[in-house]
Amino acid sequence: MQFINIVVLPLLEGLLYTFLFFIITLIASLPLGLLISFGSKSKILPIRWAVRCLVWVIRGTPLMLQILFLITAPGLLSQVLGLGFRFAIREQWQYFMMVCVAFTINYSCYFSEIYRGGIQSVPAGQYEAAQVLGMTKSQTFSKVIFLQVVKRIVAPMSNEIITLVKDTALSSVAIHLDMFTVAKEIVNLQPKYFLWPLVLSAAFYLIFNGIVTVLLGKLEKKLDYFKV
Amino acid sequence: MAFFEVSNIRKHFDKTEVLKGIDFSLEKGKVLSIIGSSGSGKTTLLRCLNFLETADEGTITVNGEKIFDAATFKNMKEYEIRQRRLHFGLVFQSFNLFPQYTVLGNVTLAPTLRLKEEKLSRIEKKQRIEEIHEHARELIEKVGLTDKIDFYPCQLSGGQQQRVAIARALALSPDILCFDEPTSALDPELTQEVLMVIKDLKNADSTMIVVTHEMEFAKSVSDQVIFMADGVIEEMGAPEELFDNPQSPKTRAFLNKSLESI
Repeated sequence: MQFINIVVLPLLEGLLYTFLFFIITLIASLPLGLLISFGSKSKILPIRWAVRCLVWVIRGTPLMLQILFLITAPGLLSQVLGLGFRFAIREQWQYFMMVCVAFTINYSCYFSEIYRGGIQSVPAGQYEAAQVLGMTKSQTFSKVIFLQVVKRIVAPMSNEIITLVKDTALSSVAIHLDMFTVAKEIVNLQPKYFLWPLVLSAAFYLIFNGIVTVLLGKLEKKLDYFKV
Repeated sequence: MAFFEVSNIRKHFDKTEVLKGIDFSLEKGKVLSIIGSSGSGKTTLLRCLNFLETADEGTITVNGEKIFDAATFKNMKEYEIRQRRLHFGLVFQSFNLFPQYTVLGNVTLAPTLRLKEEKLSRIEKKQRIEEIHEHARELIEKVGLTDKIDFYPCQLSGGQQQRVAIARALALSPDILCFDEPTSALDPELTQEVLMVIKDLKNADSTMIVVTHEMEFAKSVSDQVIFMADGVIEEMGAPEELFDNPQSPKTRAFLNKSLESI
């Protein structure tokens, strides 16, 4: 009973936050990544340059550093500028939000590269066929190209998404909510449970990723009706 | 004035001049074949007609309407270009069917999307979509694929895919249907079924331009043949003249070569 109260329940609460980090990041990054991939191919030079620069910085620096930067920067900035600027909400939630923002920017940049590869691998003939049939550029992308891109990128996307499940642990640098951080704290504070909190959290991660893998596999199977 | 007129089309890529001033005309309901060795510019010419490439100079006139003028093309709005390109349909060498749509879906997609540009009431729209599907079924029957109407491209042979591509191009009722080596990607036994469809279209009085390597076919189906070499029309005329009594030494050399290969 004590085990459940001290170990299992806090871990489940941590799992909830892990899930929240995961799902918020995923839902925000999937469209944002597509937008960034458009930006990195933009005909307008400053946009293309700025977007590629962003992707280079984000992919070239540790995610943990980016999180730390984002939770520290707003406060420091307001101090330096003497704005007296403050978040209206509780600090806890401010950190939670900033972690989500950091994850979202980071994963959008990785996703954008996957989208870019997927878009480039669609043969030019598909665009030309749509063009001679009088479709607009947006119709061509949404009705002809997009689904072919999705089919091509499900596998590399799955890799990133599974990594995201585990990367949520990096939020510990800002806020102690996610399952890994909770497990670590229990191990530190309650040595009598040995490594059980870690083992249990590992099991939860495995189950979580198992479900994600099954869902992505279903998507892949659903797109099996056509070949590209 | 002829139904279709092309005048002084020029096109260069970097420093290579691919088309050096092409002029020809075609009457409604006639079939024009363009032959010539690879690199002679025939595919580029076809792509210029379909606006997949923009010619540097020249004009294209269909039915008295000047649909392309190199001098003013750059200032044209995207919408206008899209309207004008619908005078032409194009069937590609590599079919380029949309893999995620069925045969019916491939044929109905573009006409259905065009409905969005008209302001229609819901009832009108429903009716128009029904008409589009009706028309698509007729076209699919015309190319002999009614039994495959719900199949996806990956379930079809190359010849069948190309026939779907023809139906797809016809769905927008183009004035002139262009074929870019429509049988080059096909096995010989599949080539015939595609050529049969093109012959049927000729009997239905479609105006067509066919870039082809099939000399026998060009001879039997065309009303007019153009032989291209090095970016110019080397020789042009009725098929029996051009094939049986070629005037230019280049035409003679090309025809001899393609006869040898058979």
